[in-house]
Amino acid sequence: MIHSSLQLPRPGLQSAAGSTSVPLPAAPSPQASGAGRIEISAVSHRFTDTPVLRDITVTLTERRIGIIGANGSGKSTFARLLNGLLVPDRGRVVVDGLDTARDIKAVRRKVGFVFQNPDNQIVFPTVAEDLAFGLKGLGLGRAERAEMVTQMLARFGLEALADQSAHKLSGGQKQLLAIAGVLITKPACVVFDEPTTALDLRNTRHIAGVIAALSETAIVVTHDLDLISGFDRVLVFDAGRIVADDTPARAIAEYLRRMQ
Amino acid sequence: MSALAALLRRAPAGAKLAALAIAGTGVMAIADWRVMVDLALLAALAFRLAGCGTDALGRQLRPMLWMLAALFLVQGWLVDWATAALVVARIVTLVLLAALVTLTTPAEAMIATIERLLAPFVRFGVDPGRVGLAFSLALRFIPVIGEEAERVREAQAARGLGHHPLALILPLIVRVLKSAEDVAAAIEARSGHDDPGRAAPSRSVW
Repeated sequence: MIHSSLQLPRPGLQSAAGSTSVPLPAAPSPQASGAGRIEISAVSHRFTDTPVLRDITVTLTERRIGIIGANGSGKSTFARLLNGLLVPDRGRVVVDGLDTARDIKAVRRKVGFVFQNPDNQIVFPTVAEDLAFGLKGLGLGRAERAEMVTQMLARFGLEALADQSAHKLSGGQKQLLAIAGVLITKPACVVFDEPTTALDLRNTRHIAGVIAALSETAIVVTHDLDLISGFDRVLVFDAGRIVADDTPARAIAEYLRRMQ
Repeated sequence: MSALAALLRRAPAGAKLAALAIAGTGVMAIADWRVMVDLALLAALAFRLAGCGTDALGRQLRPMLWMLAALFLVQGWLVDWATAALVVARIVTLVLLAALVTLTTPAEAMIATIERLLAPFVRFGVDPGRVGLAFSLALRFIPVIGEEAERVREAQAARGLGHHPLALILPLIVRVLKSAEDVAAAIEARSGHDDPGRAAPSRSVW
């Protein structure tokens, strides 16, 4: 049975000690408006001799898109195409008119990426320093950067943790920091690669709430069917192909049928 | 907060690094073991006065105790006990002073200083941004790797392989290399580095 996690209560994130509660982000970024159109045309990709994606053509325009599929079905590889982390062997990926093979910097400004393991995404020792990292290459002044970090800390209720070692955060807090670190650069679209895989139920619900509250386009690769049940569209991957592209209810039903 | 703590936290990172370099050079000129031991005690006192706490002092010195003890014995046996005390006190002083600078300086300020210092070397192909990032990554991932090592050790111990060094080192290297690949991808994604097609040809991304 599928439940919409967005209808469930959304408690705050708990620290490792269980004592610190972090509220949901108060307000989405006012600048973010969502990526208009991501076109994937005749894309194929292989790792060494193994085909991972096979002739995929799809256009993404919805604000909430879920991607599901078995392990090894190609969904994470597909996600990495969307902000140019991978460039396909064949075919094109175009984000609002920008080709990921040619306009990589502009594409990455438009499309942020949240990785499965936040430990690998947090690269600075403290929370505030890590948030500031993404702003470094944007040509902003020190004061402007500090202001944006303060705003993002406030948006995610992380003010009290600003100078805390990122290493000491709980899993949920790390994932929240990873998301904040991406959002601070004001991408129009955020791709999430299994954002709730390592989280407990409380933190999973919180992250689901965070994603639901975003004004940015969200494309979520996940095995958590609750997370995407309220989305606009869901793609099902199998053996490197999209085998279902439908409403969540129908796409999830197809996925479950294939999993039997 | 003590005056020393306030001074250390307010002082520019460049000034602290310069003071550390001068102190590091200075202690090499001291030949009297009694003076050196006094300086080591002063460094420990400064550590406490700077608000870094006794726990942090212990964390700095505990991993070195075996090495310091061995060094003391070898120097005492091969040279003399005064030299052994001098060498050990010197190392303790340097480690505590370096830790004092690290603990009272935000990584961002330290990295900005390193980047400024390296700016003249751009013409020789040095990329200060990358060196600064490498420094930051080292600070960030030392505890992460320590935690990974502990997880591997526990997993191997559960299988009865707890005391075999290869059983710890090989899986740890594999995990660290896998993480390094992911960290590189994350840095690319977050910083907008122009490096298309740096595809991580790994099945693990599926």
